[in-house]
Amino acid sequence: MKIEDKKRVLREMVLHRRFEERCYQAYIERKIGGFLHLYPGQEACCNGVMEAARPGHDYVITGYRDHVHAIKCGADPKEVMAELYGKETGSSKGRGGSMHIFDAGKRFMGGYALVGGPFPLAAGIAKAIQLKGGDEIAICFLGDAANNQGTFHETMNMAALWKLPVLFVCENNLYGIGTSIERSTAVIHQHKRVAAYNIPADECDGQDVEIVYQHARKAVDHVRAGNGPYFLELMTYRYRGHSMSDSRGYRSREEEELWKQRDPIFILRDRLIAEGAMTMADYEAIEKETDAYIENEVIKFSEESPEPRVEDLEKYVLADRETQLPWLTGKAA
Amino acid sequence: MANIMYWEAIQRAHDEEMARDPLVICMGEDIGVAGGTYKATKGLYEKYGPLRVMDTPISEGGFTGLAVGASFLGVRPIVEIMSVNFAWLAMDQMFNSAAKVRYMSGGQLTAPCVFRSAGGAAHQLGAQHSARMEKVFMGIAGLRVVTPSNPKQAYGLLKSAIRCDDPVFINEHELMYNMKGEVPDGEYFHPLEGSEVTRAGTDVTLFGYNISVHWCLKAAEILDKQYGISAEVVDLYSLAPLDRAGIKASVSKTHRAVVAEEDEAPVGVGSEVIAIINEECFFELDAAPVRVHSALVPQPYNHTLEKATIPDHEDVVKAVLKMFGKA
Ligand SMILES: Cc1ncc(C[n+]2csc(CCOP(=O)(O)OP(=O)(O)O)c2C)c(N)n1
Ligand SMILES: [Mg+2]
Repeated sequence: MKIEDKKRVLREMVLHRRFEERCYQAYIERKIGGFLHLYPGQEACCNGVMEAARPGHDYVITGYRDHVHAIKCGADPKEVMAELYGKETGSSKGRGGSMHIFDAGKRFMGGYALVGGPFPLAAGIAKAIQLKGGDEIAICFLGDAANNQGTFHETMNMAALWKLPVLFVCENNLYGIGTSIERSTAVIHQHKRVAAYNIPADECDGQDVEIVYQHARKAVDHVRAGNGPYFLELMTYRYRGHSMSDSRGYRSREEEELWKQRDPIFILRDRLIAEGAMTMADYEAIEKETDAYIENEVIKFSEESPEPRVEDLEKYVLADRETQLPWLTGKAA
Repeated sequence: MANIMYWEAIQRAHDEEMARDPLVICMGEDIGVAGGTYKATKGLYEKYGPLRVMDTPISEGGFTGLAVGASFLGVRPIVEIMSVNFAWLAMDQMFNSAAKVRYMSGGQLTAPCVFRSAGGAAHQLGAQHSARMEKVFMGIAGLRVVTPSNPKQAYGLLKSAIRCDDPVFINEHELMYNMKGEVPDGEYFHPLEGSEVTRAGTDVTLFGYNISVHWCLKAAEILDKQYGISAEVVDLYSLAPLDRAGIKASVSKTHRAVVAEEDEAPVGVGSEVIAIINEECFFELDAAPVRVHSALVPQPYNHTLEKATIPDHEDVVKAVLKMFGKA
């Protein structure tokens, strides 16, 4: 990665981290409801892959831990936060919530709450790309435990069979909620599981954004060149509980500390400082600016935005009636 | 007007729509090279090729989800689920993805998919190949459900379903694919909403849909000829949304109602239509509305037991006679 890109990515990762930490606080203050799954610790995964891809051009889909993926695709952090606040100005107009961030304009095709549900959706997006003949690819980010769903195997088979332009990124954070991977899955290294479908696969450190980028570069190029699907496994760790009600009794504080030694933001920061591209003071300024932006713009916007109107409760269930009348009434011209 | 079979009508709708729009595709098990279990996609593989007529692996959840994902980008997939009994494996994607995506994305994404499936009891296919499941589909927000009772509807409903931006589930019937009927020669779009008065009458309304429309028509004939009772038959080809206005109009005229369904009774078209009657025109009623339905058993294999499970026109006649104090 070029120095300028690394500096930009560091700034983005700081935003991603602080955004999520601010969500935590807003949840405690009861500004955010429902389930809230946070991303700290895993930032290098999304950033490394998307640096190799084309955000806003390639289609991205993921599970419920979706805020950062949306923002990386180009979604406005203000709209993502407003969605968490349930506001009309939210990315899904307050109808989706934390687990259902969408930004179709930025080709972020959504967060979905059913574990394993996005696998076939991603393959379908790739099928549409194949039919239309575009140079986009579909990228599906999911966790390790999702691979135990039937949809994983069904989708790998179809994607390989039909050579669909889809990149599966497995963010292996070693846990599915409170069940460690050894206790749920016969194979720890997930990339081994797709060999049966003749899908090329790779695994790498998910904490160092440059390493992720290098491996993703190969993966993205493979898929974009029309060679069919690819599976990339990134070894990573989530610092916080699975969602907000999780006190992490299923793992040790020592294990957590060990992973925090390899923090994706600090790895990149320290490298940039060592390379002489920035100083610690520069970094601290980034943190300050980020926090100010989140407070003065993101939070302010979310606080001040209006709630959806109860009169609009049934809006968006079906397509606008007027536009569908020929088929609903049979009076097609 | 061409007199063609139900399966031919479905095939024709596929063919016309696929010829018109390269983004209309179809997929399912054995639909391509083999031409489809019910021939509904016969000849399409040869005409449109494997990219648009997709023989899928036996992965109902997987390929249904794939269709939904493709539809986000404007592809119009027609998914054939070989038997509605297998649709349980696809329901996660139909309900959690297709039906909800518009809402949970605040209107940004939509899933213009068509899911077609054969439901109903054929002949001794046993418990896992005979289910009716319209009750499951018709209560899902964001999903339209239609069910054709004849070739004209089979053609016109599919045409409209493909064009409509909402996901549509089309409930067909194993026993109806070879039924013949008149279909307009020109392009025809059947409304996805509403109901049809198939036979006008004054004394009682017989509500049916799909195969039970035919029981109702036969029953109406018998009631008229043998008992002097004038029955109106209303075809509820749209199960979601149900036609509240149509139900109200007919019952307000006849003051009596029987709902005939092949599905088993607890929860279903019968309970829903009667709830609508209560809400819309309770004081018009001269008698308590009645349901005619299957017994609540997994479909038995034995011929006599199977017959005892599924209602027919005689059960409709009996229900009406009882209502009129004649049985
Ligand atoms: C079909 C389904 N089953 C169960 C759940 C409950 N659930 C939510 S997240 C989760 C664990 C998933 O873990 P993983 O795929 O590794 O993703 P991570 O949360 O670690 O990012 C479970 C069991 C669900 N949402 N959907
Ligand atoms: Mg996990």
